[in-house]
Order: sequence, then C-alpha cells, then structure tokens
Amino acid sequence: MNAAGRQRAMRVAVAALLLTPAMAIIALGFVAPLIRLAILSFSSPAGPLAAYRELATVDVYRVVLRNTLVLALVVSVASLAIGFALSLALMRLEAGWRAIVFACVVLPLWISVLVRTFSWMLILERNGPLNRFLAALGIVDQPLPLLFAFPGVAIGMVHVLLPYAILPIYAALSRIDPALLRASGGLGASRVTTFRRVLLPLSARGLATAATFTFLLSLGFFVTPALLGGPSDTTISMLIDSFVNERLDWPLAAAASMTLLAMALAVIGLAGRFVPVSALSEVG
Amino acid sequence: MSAVAFRGIAKRYGVAEALFPLDLEIASGEFISFLGPSGSGKSTLLNICAGYIEPTAGALFVAGRDVTAAPPRRRNIGMVFQNYALFQHLDVFENVAYGLRVRRTARAELAQRVKDALQAVRLDGFGGRSIRSLSGGQQQRVALARAMAIEPDILLMDEPLGALDKQLRKEVQIEIRRMHVARPRTTLYVTHDQEEALVMSDRIAVLRGGRLVQLGTARELYSRPVDSFVARFLGESNLIVGRVAELGDGRAMLSAQGLAAPIEGYAAQGLRMAEAACALIRPEHVRLVAGGQPARIVERLFLGEIAALRLVLPSGAELWSRLFSSDAPAGDEIEIGWDRERVSILPETS
Repeated sequence: MNAAGRQRAMRVAVAALLLTPAMAIIALGFVAPLIRLAILSFSSPAGPLAAYRELATVDVYRVVLRNTLVLALVVSVASLAIGFALSLALMRLEAGWRAIVFACVVLPLWISVLVRTFSWMLILERNGPLNRFLAALGIVDQPLPLLFAFPGVAIGMVHVLLPYAILPIYAALSRIDPALLRASGGLGASRVTTFRRVLLPLSARGLATAATFTFLLSLGFFVTPALLGGPSDTTISMLIDSFVNERLDWPLAAAASMTLLAMALAVIGLAGRFVPVSALSEVG
Repeated sequence: MSAVAFRGIAKRYGVAEALFPLDLEIASGEFISFLGPSGSGKSTLLNICAGYIEPTAGALFVAGRDVTAAPPRRRNIGMVFQNYALFQHLDVFENVAYGLRVRRTARAELAQRVKDALQAVRLDGFGGRSIRSLSGGQQQRVALARAMAIEPDILLMDEPLGALDKQLRKEVQIEIRRMHVARPRTTLYVTHDQEEALVMSDRIAVLRGGRLVQLGTARELYSRPVDSFVARFLGESNLIVGRVAELGDGRAMLSAQGLAAPIEGYAAQGLRMAEAACALIRPEHVRLVAGGQPARIVERLFLGEIAALRLVLPSGAELWSRLFSSDAPAGDEIEIGWDRERVSILPETS
C-alpha cells in the first residue's frame, strides 16, 4: 500500500470512529424500537393485519385520520402565509429592529410547548382577553367558542410552528439580492408583478421547506390539540395515546404509529419531488 | 430640449450632504460619465435619476417631463447594475424579455426585440442558456441587452465593468463605445476609472465630496483641469507645488524651491497671488532642453520605442517623463524643459 492509500485508509478509519457513537445511539434508540414497533403492529391476537383493518374500517378512526390531515393542512397554510408576511416585514426593518423582532420569533422555541399551550388556554377562554377584546370592539355579541374547539387548536399550533415556517422563508428571502427587486421595478414591473415574478420564484425552495416542516410537525402534534381541542378535534397522536393508556392495545397503537409514519414519509417523498431532501436542512 | 436635466438636485442623509445642489443638462444621445472616487456622490446622482433614491431638493426632468416624484417603473429607464442583478431563475431570453413581458408586448414583437437586443451585444443564440452558465463578460452583456430591450429614454450604468478583469474590461469598453456610436442613446455612466471615462464619454462630469468639480470633454478635462484634484484624477500628471509669483492676463508664474526658473503656464480660475498652487506638466510634454532645468534619472521603464523616466529635481520633487529611448542620455544627469503653452497653474486641493 502506498503512502496516499494509507492516508486515505486512515481518514476513513477516523471518520468511522467519529461516527460510531451517533450511529450507535440511532441504532439502539431509533431503528431498533422502530422495527420492534413495526413487528408489534402485526402481532394482534386476532391476526397479523387485524390492527390495520380496525383502523381502516372503524368510522371514528377514519374521522380522526381526516381531522389530523385537515388540521395539518390548515395550520401549515396559515403558518406559511403569516411566516411569509413576517419575513417580508423583517427584510424591510432596520438592522436593530430586525434583531429584536427576530429574537421575538425565535425566543418562543426556548419555552416549553406545554407552557405556551397553557397560556393560550387563558387567552382563548370564554371570558378570556381575546373574547373580551372582540366584544369590546363590537365584532361579536356572544363570546366565540375558541377553547376546546378547532379554532383554538389551529391558533395554538400556528403559534408553536410559526418559527419553523419563518426561519426557512427568511433565510431564502435574505439570500435574494435587493438589486433584483430594484431591477424589476426599473424594468417597469409593479410591486405585485415583482412579487409574483421575482420574489416568489426565488423563495420557492424556502417556502417548500417551510411547508414540509410545518405539515410534518403538525401531523404528529400532541400537546396542543390535546389541551386546546374538544372531543371532535382528536388527532392520531391523541388516538395512539388512548390506545396505549386506556385500551392497553399495543398492537393497535403500533399500527396507528406506523400509519402516521407512512403519512410523514409520503409528505417527504412528495416534497422531495419539488425540493431535494437535503434542502430541508436549510434553516437559519 | 435636453434629454435629462438636473435642476438644483441635492441629497442629504441626516446632517451629511451626499450631494450639494447640482445643475446639469444632458443632451439627447449624449454619453456622459460621472467620474469620482467613492463617496463623491456619483452613484447617488445616478440612483436619483433612476428613481431609487429620492432627492432632498430640486427637480429632475427626463425628456421634458418632471419625473422627480415618479417611481422607477414609470420612468422608462434602462439600468445596468454593478453586479448585473440578473434573474438567476430565468434564462437569458427571459431576462432580456422581462421588461417587455411586464409591458405586455405582443409575442412576435417581443421575440424580435429580444433577438435584436441579444444581437446588439453579440449574444445571438444564447437565449436558452442559463445565467449561471455564462462568463462574467457575457452576463454583463445580458444585463446591457435587458436594459436596452425596453427602448429606454435613458440608459444608466453603475460601474458595470467593475467585476471584469482588466483585459475584458478594455474589450467591453470599446464594445459599449461602438454600440453607442452605431445607435446613440442618452447614457449616464458611473465610474471611478478615469480610463473608462476617457475612452467612452462624450462629456465627463468629475465629482468630489458631493460637488460637481468640472464638466467637459475628455480633452478639456485633460488639458485644462480646474484644479489639482481633476489633474490627478485624469491621466498621468506631474504636479509641482509652489507659490503664485505672477498673475495676470490668463497666465501665471509659479515659483518653487529648487527650480532653476519659475514655471509659466495657463492660469486656472481661483488662483491668488502668493498663495499655494501647483504646476501641471504632463509626462509627454517633458523634453530634453540643453541649458534647462537640471534633473536626475532615478528610474527607467522600458516601453518599447518610448521609455518612462522617473526624474528627481534638485528640490526633491519627482517628475515622470516620456522620452524616446535613444534620446535619454547614458548619464544620470540631464537637463529638461516643457512647452509653456501646455503647462497649467492650478489651485491646490489636497
């Protein structure tokens, strides 16, 4: 073996050594349980596919599945719209103010989801500040049923997921040379045209990343829908919880988990058709 | 009627004056360069013209129309940016077509005009290429084609050659000049490179510290600069610092330590008796004169038939000259003179 070959072998060995701890943790803490879970989902006493059959045929479960998808869709669309608007506003701020607003965007990530969700319970209450505010403005005469209902869940989840939408969108926007917008205007384009023909196409990757993030995260959300939602706002994750803690039906819980995983993989696969999966890591 | 007229245009940022009130008329089809160091206000002036910067005072007329308050998109101006600002998500054709699509130009006309614009910059057949696949010089030409395709009233260029290497820069300079001669458009060109300005412009406006210092043709600026700043900025210059000894009738005498005789020359505006001034002697106007000013050759650069000599006067002042290689004597000590008609005595601005 020549010197160059030895050197390369050495590099490979070092790389392997550095990777080992992480790989071991992933193998023991993620891959092995996942395989165990997959096996479990096919080991119902009533037959290998019984758990899946139950999920697919019982009406309540199908409604829950649909609820979860609708909720994820509404939440990610709202997060994207608000996130895009906020990112545009961030771009226009002076550096000092931008830092402050940016901190306000990122800071909630450091506070527990549980705490934030409890705060929303106080705000969304029947006689909470939001309803009193709306009543004071004369927009509503009856307090809106926000808490323990779909709007409450959506509001709470959008709040939690907004940073995941803003970060990739802002990153994409800040990479756009402001001279391009000036050039577009100089060539005769209105603000709307510039937005449609320059800003939007150039931030498409960031938008796709944000959409995938928010949709995937909201598919598996538990705390917020569990605390802010009503009985009709049950999501898959809450269903899994009840399978484990109330029905003690592990195979059924495993089957529901695998279904959730399949849905997530489908979304990633779909997103991958528009954006390379590696781009999903383009945050910040 | 002038194509562009700046009337008392000024720009202030807080307490900082970026541009002092300025009046300037540009004729239709004229190529004018704004030349100056960074911070001279040349880019500010161009951006005010394009509508990207709002002036604090004054009015701007384009083709007789007051456009001071008009947004860029209502000015029909073609701008070439320093970094080109091409749309990476569109191909060459769509970049050039952008302004036409925005104007909803009919399809056949659009195709023809894009083709013409690409032909004018010698990029025919490049329409389907991506921007990324082009070299810097080609991108620069796409930016030019994009600006010209909309048939702008005026063409603005903000240091468009800054990112190119020296060789390419020369080629593109000549190319831009050629296109301008073939089809004159009113062009405002910002640069800090005097050579660029000299090669391409009909007239040059020299700016410094937000003020217009001098406006004139390349020849006027070169042979009759208003002060030592302009003299230094355009071409090679020898400036000998001294005091005004005589003044009158458009002529002046400058005396300086270590000179065999005072230097006589054309008197620029603003000279005062006995005050500091300097004499401008261009290197090509220095000659060998028997019995003239003694000087010593300290450096000699071979340029072919001509040699560039760095001379030192007894006072320690340095002087560059261009002499025929065979002219330069073998010895270190020579005697020189200059054509007094070509010498200017200028107020000193540091």
